[in-house]
Amino acid sequence: MSPSSSIAAEPGAVPAPDEHHEHHPSYLVDGTTVKSWLLTLDHKRIGVMYLIWVLLFFLIGGIYALIVRLELLTPGPTIIDAMTYNRAFTMHGVVMIFLFMIPAIPGAFGNFMLPLMLGAKDVAFPRLNLLSLYLLLTGAFIAIWGMINGGMDTGWTFYTPYSTHTTTTVAPILFGAFIIGFSSIATGLNFIVTTHTMRAPGITWFKMPLFVWAMYATACIQVLATPVLGLVLLLVVGEHLFHFGIFDPAQGGDPVLFQHLFWFYSHPAVYIMVLPAFGVMSEVVAAFSRKNIFGYRAVAFSSLGIAFVGFFAWGHHMFVSGQSTFNAGVFAVLTMLVGVFTAIKVFNWVGTVYKGAVDFKTPFAYFCGFLYFTVFGGMTGVAFATASLDVPWHDTYFVVAHFHFIMVGATIMAFMAALHYWFPKMFGKMYHEGWGLVSAALIILGFNATFIPQFLLGNAGMPRRYYEYPERFQTLNVASTAGASLLAFGFLISAIYLTYALVYGRRAASNPWRSRGYEWMTESPPPTHNFVGPQPTYSEEPHFYVEPQKAEVPDAV
Amino acid sequence: MQSSTATAGVAGVPHRPQVAAHFASLEVQNHAARLGMWLFLATEILLFAGLFVIYANYRFLFPEAFALASRELNLNLGTFNTLLLITSSFTAAMAVHYAKEAKNKQVVVMFVLTILMAMGFLVVKYFEYAHKFHEHQLPGPYYAFPGLTLPGASAYFTIYFLSTGLHAFHVIVGMIVLGWVTLKAMRNEFSAYNYTAVELGSMYWHLVDLVWIFLFPMLYLI
Repeated sequence: MSPSSSIAAEPGAVPAPDEHHEHHPSYLVDGTTVKSWLLTLDHKRIGVMYLIWVLLFFLIGGIYALIVRLELLTPGPTIIDAMTYNRAFTMHGVVMIFLFMIPAIPGAFGNFMLPLMLGAKDVAFPRLNLLSLYLLLTGAFIAIWGMINGGMDTGWTFYTPYSTHTTTTVAPILFGAFIIGFSSIATGLNFIVTTHTMRAPGITWFKMPLFVWAMYATACIQVLATPVLGLVLLLVVGEHLFHFGIFDPAQGGDPVLFQHLFWFYSHPAVYIMVLPAFGVMSEVVAAFSRKNIFGYRAVAFSSLGIAFVGFFAWGHHMFVSGQSTFNAGVFAVLTMLVGVFTAIKVFNWVGTVYKGAVDFKTPFAYFCGFLYFTVFGGMTGVAFATASLDVPWHDTYFVVAHFHFIMVGATIMAFMAALHYWFPKMFGKMYHEGWGLVSAALIILGFNATFIPQFLLGNAGMPRRYYEYPERFQTLNVASTAGASLLAFGFLISAIYLTYALVYGRRAASNPWRSRGYEWMTESPPPTHNFVGPQPTYSEEPHFYVEPQKAEVPDAV
Repeated sequence: MQSSTATAGVAGVPHRPQVAAHFASLEVQNHAARLGMWLFLATEILLFAGLFVIYANYRFLFPEAFALASRELNLNLGTFNTLLLITSSFTAAMAVHYAKEAKNKQVVVMFVLTILMAMGFLVVKYFEYAHKFHEHQLPGPYYAFPGLTLPGASAYFTIYFLSTGLHAFHVIVGMIVLGWVTLKAMRNEFSAYNYTAVELGSMYWHLVDLVWIFLFPMLYLI
């Protein structure tokens, strides 16, 4: 008997009783004390704790976003004064980027799925894994303490020299971000080592699930880029407290140097946010098209390609900062290479759907939204990379709409897809499919309704971060705020039915999607050490569906 | 079930290393630890790389001030410290050599020598810092050295204190790490099958040394 059949043999449709093998408690109930959760070394529990926290941070960031959108309903002051407004959009950026988008998919789903997908019992360094969670929380609480006691009004980019002179509380917030950086490095380091050393026999590099490839590329960026941000944040805190003048032109300093160092991290950081999203979607599209991914190696290598050229594209943030024309040209071309690698992925995803047997479930709905946001956000990105087009668009709402489409849109779509696709894996419960599709539709429509007006506003010349604006921009601003409300409503519905499913949802089968991803080759939710008995064998590549139209069960081949 | 098969046949060696439950074998566990350390060292290099970029930028903006300001450093003390650190890297490497041969006493001796040289380095650094404070060759607005008033001189000393300060912090961390490994060596823990901790501690120390080998010419020589 093959060792895998005793582990993942349940056919998908029927909630199979566990009567055939002795009882192994799932990770959720193996130890129920608070301590057994807070001090756990189990990557699955750490993943779940990450999930809870990043959802909370997403809520905080979302509330800030709604405050900003409400304030912009009218051309003049609406609900808050100008200084509060500056703090609100800064906090929206800081919370969403450092506390949600960077840790969300790697921390929650990466931690949970990576060892399962590699056939490992845990990540390579479980203690470091737990430490990364607590570093994130320490940084988060220091930063949030700073936000409550003064806030920061510099925008999330905290450009010098303003950030070293503002009277708001820059120091604790940046120091919080500095600590969060260590958390990010720890996660990345752990994932690289896990991928190198913990693969089960049979999982060669080119049999790894594409989510693992994406996490690997992400981890390389986290390890190599984050230390530079750490240094920059420390320098800005030092500047703010002691006024050394390193970035202060009044003292002979060079503020553009700050921008270079800052974007050396913060440009690759957008790929820390979006590469995991690409990885999730490579899994989802294969599972719900019932087809092996089209162009596996192309998708895998394009993740590494994005990670690589992502390091050499930062200059496109400084087309109007006095960079030489030659530099601008070089950075423009390098930036467009990102578009090439992304396009490779997009074509391969579409090729995967082609002649597949699409099962239009909620994760697939998010995949459709994702494809749309990636293509249109990406194409505006290539347009931005053209230095001459960037000049008029720079610092307008066109930028805001662009990065919300590609970076936020793609990541949110993937986060929601991952949440729905892996919900039965993580919690063993099923959510309500109908409500899932309704809220996916609301979220995708709401996102468009929020940011398409912002594209138009930016193109018409409305600068970003302004508190007041001329009358003629009001219609589009109202439309954008209405869209944001729709978006929030969509998320509210998701929150309600997912919470309901967690408590009252029907018990899910071990593999309700009949997915052939490696992570489904164990029970759902998995037992504490992931596998009962011997490890499964991995004779096929992940998502090897012999005939898409036949909804075969995982072991039928 | 996976079990530790790698250590089969070495019965009798004291302190057999533990293989954590999630690793396939001791080799894999050591490989993971080593790879993790290399990645960590990569992050350290990137951290200092940021400082090197800052130095390069200001050296390009203020070439004269930087050339003159670097003459203000004490080349003899700097050279002495460089020799001290290179020698300490040698003793750290010797510790790994002895650990592989299970000569725990020699490991202790080598690491104690390394830590003593690290202390020596910090003492010399203290005297250099004290002299800079005395001469008011200080960062940014605190710079008040009458001998060199070119614009950019204060930036030089900002970078000098930043980079040597960050390096000194790493020296202190390195001393703590090596001290911890020394305690393990005192308990006779190391052998041909268990020397990863010594190796990783030494790797970290080599990095601290390596960073100084770049800082020394950058700040003192050119």
